[in-house]
Parts: sequence; structure tokens; C-alpha cells
Amino acid sequence: MDATVFERIPERLAGLTAAPAVAHGILVVEIDAARLLEVARVLKDEFGFDMLSDLTAVDWPAREPRFDVVWHFYSTRHFGRVRVKTRVALADPTVDTLTTLYGSAGFMERECHEMYGIVFRGNGDLRPILLYEGFEGHPLRKDYPKHREQPLVPYRDVKP
Amino acid sequence: MSGPPTRPAPSGAFEFLTTKKDEFVGWARKFSLFPYPFVTACCAMEFMSVSSTLYDTDRFGAALPRFTPRQSDLLMVVGTVTHKQAPILRKVYEQMCEPKWVIAFGVCATSGGFYQNYAAVPGIDKIIPVDLYIPGCPPRPEMVIDGIMKLQDRIARDRHPIVNDRF
Amino acid sequence: MSLPPLDKLPNPIRPAFTESSQEGSVIVNIGPSHPATHGTIQIVAELSGERVLRTDVHCGYLHRGFEKECESHTWHNLIPYVDRLNYCSALINDFAYCEAVEKLMGIEITPRCRYLRTLLAEYSRIADHLTCIAAALMELGAMTAFLYLVTIRDYIYEHIADLTGARVTYSFGRIGGLAHDLPAGWLKRLGEILDEMDTFTGRVHGLVDRNRIFIDRMRNVGVLSTAEAVNWGFTGPVLRSTGAARDLRKDTPYLAYAELDFEVPVGIKGDNYDRYYVRMREIDESAHMIRQLVDMLPEGPLCVDDRRCTFPDKPLVYSEIESLINHFKLVMEGPQVPPGEVYSAHEGANGELGFYLVSVGGGVPWKVHCRAPSFVHMGGAHRMLDGYQLADVVPTFGSINMIGGECDR
Repeated sequence: MDATVFERIPERLAGLTAAPAVAHGILVVEIDAARLLEVARVLKDEFGFDMLSDLTAVDWPAREPRFDVVWHFYSTRHFGRVRVKTRVALADPTVDTLTTLYGSAGFMERECHEMYGIVFRGNGDLRPILLYEGFEGHPLRKDYPKHREQPLVPYRDVKP
Repeated sequence: MSGPPTRPAPSGAFEFLTTKKDEFVGWARKFSLFPYPFVTACCAMEFMSVSSTLYDTDRFGAALPRFTPRQSDLLMVVGTVTHKQAPILRKVYEQMCEPKWVIAFGVCATSGGFYQNYAAVPGIDKIIPVDLYIPGCPPRPEMVIDGIMKLQDRIARDRHPIVNDRF
Repeated sequence: MSLPPLDKLPNPIRPAFTESSQEGSVIVNIGPSHPATHGTIQIVAELSGERVLRTDVHCGYLHRGFEKECESHTWHNLIPYVDRLNYCSALINDFAYCEAVEKLMGIEITPRCRYLRTLLAEYSRIADHLTCIAAALMELGAMTAFLYLVTIRDYIYEHIADLTGARVTYSFGRIGGLAHDLPAGWLKRLGEILDEMDTFTGRVHGLVDRNRIFIDRMRNVGVLSTAEAVNWGFTGPVLRSTGAARDLRKDTPYLAYAELDFEVPVGIKGDNYDRYYVRMREIDESAHMIRQLVDMLPEGPLCVDDRRCTFPDKPLVYSEIESLINHFKLVMEGPQVPPGEVYSAHEGANGELGFYLVSVGGGVPWKVHCRAPSFVHMGGAHRMLDGYQLADVVPTFGSINMIGGECDR
């Protein structure tokens, strides 16, 4: 793996919201939500991160802004990994979509939307993918109780 | 089904023959099961094992799955049923003709297993009536065969309205 | 016995298209309860005659709430949930998760554990590939190949049951090591099974490789180029079938892979035949790796001697108060993992299996996210299905090896 990549990336992406760090072999950069497309293009075109590995969000209910949206990029050429994080608030949980750059973003953004309520601006297809039509709420948020079921077929009386 | 039906004790040649006929019909019915494997999750691995050479459900006549509910009489729900899947399970059950039996294969089908949350149905008997529960996560093939044999005993004692009672 | 009345069964999905785009084309529904889709997947396809114009793949019928469950269990207690992700090769999930937690805790596992985990991961990979190929061939009608391969897989299951106690979902990995060590005679039986497997896979090669029908059905069907595969996030055998020799075991080695001699098989065209052949060759390579590992396995302790995660020996628990309290705290509160986050990726049987863990300190995780290769592959599956015949949907889908537990989590 090309070790200089981890030094050149923070230099190129000036203006990170937190100091870049290398955690367990992965470069972690935190950016402003508005810069996402620009950062993703730089990583893909200039540094060779051609695969979007993973996209998810983390809910911190005690913190404002509440959600961390986390992207992991991987390079099939120099095998480096980068984690890009941004923070969005509950009032406006919107970030840009990466479907114009990576096809794999499609399903991942649908899952992140239904589980956390993050809205991906520009992605016209945010239908539920793991959940079903008619499910209300976002289950992976910390205020959704684990046991709250929303059955599609009403339960029958079962004699014990 | 409420317990085995009472049969008159054989007291003459006619009763002896009808009892033997009923036993023969029961034997034929229990060894000609047409399963519909409603396969969802990890229990599928044990279902594949129990259908293959080492454990072999073919010995029980239950080898040929009819992959359409309209031609099968044994619904084997193998694996977790989630709320998203529940309408499909109900529809498949309703498409089967009587007489039909349902096996809940594995603890997820029996009670939801250890997925007690918003997504999994806590037992398919909340959706459709179940005749046999095979616990295990996943159950060993020997358990599955034991379960099938118990179901066969019930089928053999069962009275079919036309074949048993009209003749 | 009566069912509550239901006027109309609700439709759990919203398809992407409900109108035909062409004169005379029909929209059909394949799945989710279907014999040939391994696991529950629904494909809404628009057909013009027998040709598939466009597809809309719907997964999620096996979404069991893995992430939400993990947030209410201790780091140890959620290992059975992790097992049931890719249930065909459950040990790989265990070890990938345990390594992620070990990175967070700063634990280095013992050499014996490292080699044994590598050996068991390759053994699990063999079981997964056998299942995938057996099912794919059965769908094409080659029932004999299915029975051969499932017989070997059954021997493997019984053999691993001798070690772990379970046939399919083992919960064998532990943070800092494994549950227990190998029983006597295990390695000898391992050699016997691998030899028998070579015979059986040889027979399957003989039945299928140059079979006119097989080649006609699998060659040039479901073709994927490397650029498309990378764009849509394909990893594992699917990416390798396109010609790209990308394998996390070689590119970013972990466990004991850096010390092993093995090749990464690649395909030529990225079609179904290549995916089948890449998996068959990977079975051979895994068997080769296992034979090397059996010779390289060192003696020594299995679990790291670290009170934060390893359970003390039972005689000590029953005689010393310190061990008793240690045991109690590990069971009731869970291993205390320092705050932080980690993303750790292993090469699962289907591709890059990653775990993204977030810890706020304490014995219960804040977030356990699994990056599932099957889920990402379903996003790109339509690239391999559109434009081919309806009958090609079945082998193409089988060659992607979508595992429901992993896809839907």
C-alpha cells in the first residue's frame, strides 16, 4: 500500500472539520456535508479510490448534530482505505447522493435512508429495501424501541 | 385435529377388513407426502442435508418437492419468517388444498428464535396453523426425521372423509 | 384453526415499474418463495417473450434486525447473531467480527490461534463454495453433482461438529481466541475428508466441464466487465471471474495468509461459466492452504492470556475469588472495549465482508454494522440479468451466490 497517499489526501482536501487520523490502518477524514461530492470526486479521480465499500450512519441522540454519516472507500489499485465522515442534524438530515459516481451507492443509500432517515439529495429511488411498505419510523435510531412490531398480517389467536 | 378418532374394536370379519383397509390407507397416505419447502434462512442448509444421500427423506416418500403450493400437501416453513414475508406465507398456505399439514422447521419458525425484535414474526403459528414444531437452530437431520415420523403417525391415524369413511 | 379474515393481502414492496415499456411485453414476478432463488429474493422482471428487458431486484425478506439486536447484547453474546449472517460459511463471520473487536481492544492473538483461524476459515470457505456450486448445478438439472457435493459438505459439517458442537452455525470464535482446542484425531480425519473431496470434485469436473449443455447454458451468460464490477461494488469470486486478481487475502493479508503459498484463480469473460470455474479452483486452493496449515500449526496456548476478554479456567473460577469475579463480570457486563471505531474487512466466501464497530466503552456495543457482499451484489445484479433469457435468470442468480442472511442482515 502506498503510504504517501495518506499524507497527500489531507493536504489536497484542505479545510477538514477535524484533524485527519489513521485508525487501524484506515485514513479518517471528517468533512462538511456540503463538500461530499467534491471530496468523493477527488478521491475517485485523483487518488484511485474506485470502489465504495460501505455506507452507513451512526446515531448520537445526545449530541447536536445527531447523525454521523460514514462512507468507506477502497482502492483496487493500491489497496488503501479511507473513511469519510460528516455530521447532519435531525432537522435536516440531507446529504448528496453518490449514485452518479458509484453504482453500488444505490442500495446502500436506500438502506441508510430507511434505517436512519438520512435523505440523499439527487437519489430519486429511496424506496424501502430491507423493510416493507407501510413501515413507519426508522428502526436503527436509538429512540425506536426494538420490540415495536408493525405486522402486515394480523395475528391469529393461538391456543397454548 | 383433536386426538385420534375412536375406532370400533374388530369384532367380526367385516370390521377386521375395514380396519385393515384403514391401516393400509393410512400407510399409503403417510408415505406419499408432497412437501413445499418454503425456505428462507440457515435451516435451508439442514433441509438440503436431510434431503440428500446421508439422511434421505426419500425413504419417507417425502423427497419430491412440488414447487407449487397447488400440488403439495406438506408446507415446510424452513427458517425465519419476517413481517415482510408474512403475506407471502399466508398466500402460499391459502393456495394449498385440503388436507394439508404445516411443519415449523427450526426455532425461528416455531417462536421467532432469538430474533425478538421489530422484524421477525414470533412464530409462524401467529399467521397459519401449525401441525408440527421441530426445534433446533438449525435442527440436526435426525431431529427432522423424528419430526417427520411423528407427523406420519398422525397422518396414518387421520380419517379422510372419502377414502376412510365412505367405503 | 381458522385464519382471521383478510380482504386483500398487503403488498410489502413497491416495484420500480408497473407499466410495460414496449408493445406486448409483460411484467412477471419471480419469488420471493421460489425454488431456484436461493433464499428469499423477489425479482420483478419485464419480459418480451423470453427475453428479459429490465429487472427490479427486491431483497429484505430475511431482514431480521441484526444491527438492532446487537445493540442490546454484550460483545460476546452477539457472536451467535454474527454466525447467522453468511450461514454457509459461518466461521469466517465469527473470525472477522472477533478480529474487529480485538483491533479495538488492542489484543494480539496467539500464533496457534492465528493458524487455526486461517485453517477453519478456509474449511468454511470450501463448505460455502460446495453449497453454491451444488445448488447452481442442481438448478441446471445436474442432480448427481448436487448429491456428490452435498455428501462431502455433510462430512465437513459432521467433522466441524466434532470440534465445535454444531453443524451449521457454530459460534466458535471468541474475542481473543477460540472456544476450545482441537480434539484428538481431528487433523487426521481432516486429511481424509480433503482426499475424498478431491475425488468427488474430480467427478463433478468430469460430468460438467466439457458438457455441451452446460457450456451452452453458462458461457456468455451474465457477462460482467471488470470496470462495471468495480463500479457496482462486486468483490470476491464475481470480481475475480471478470479477470481482476483482487483478493483481500493477497492484497491486504490478515491472519496467516501472508505465509501461505496459494494462487488467486481468475476468469476470462466474467460469465457464469467463469464464476463456476473460479469457485471450483478456489476449493482446490483452499484445500492446498489447509494442507500447508496442518504442517505449520504450532503448539502453544490458544486464547490470549488477557483478563479483559478471556474466560479463566473453570478450576480457578471455582477456587479463587478473583477468577470468580472476573468470570462474573465477563458474563454479566461483557468484555470492556475502549471507545473508538474500527472497520475490519476479511475475504468472505462471497467477497469483502466488513465489520464497522462503534464503541463508547463498556460491554455493549453502540453500533455493529456488517458490510455484506451479497447486499452490494444485489444492487448490481440487474447488470447481469437484463438482456438475457428468462431461463438464464436462474443460473446467473445462482452464480452470484446471494446468501439471504448476509444480504438482509
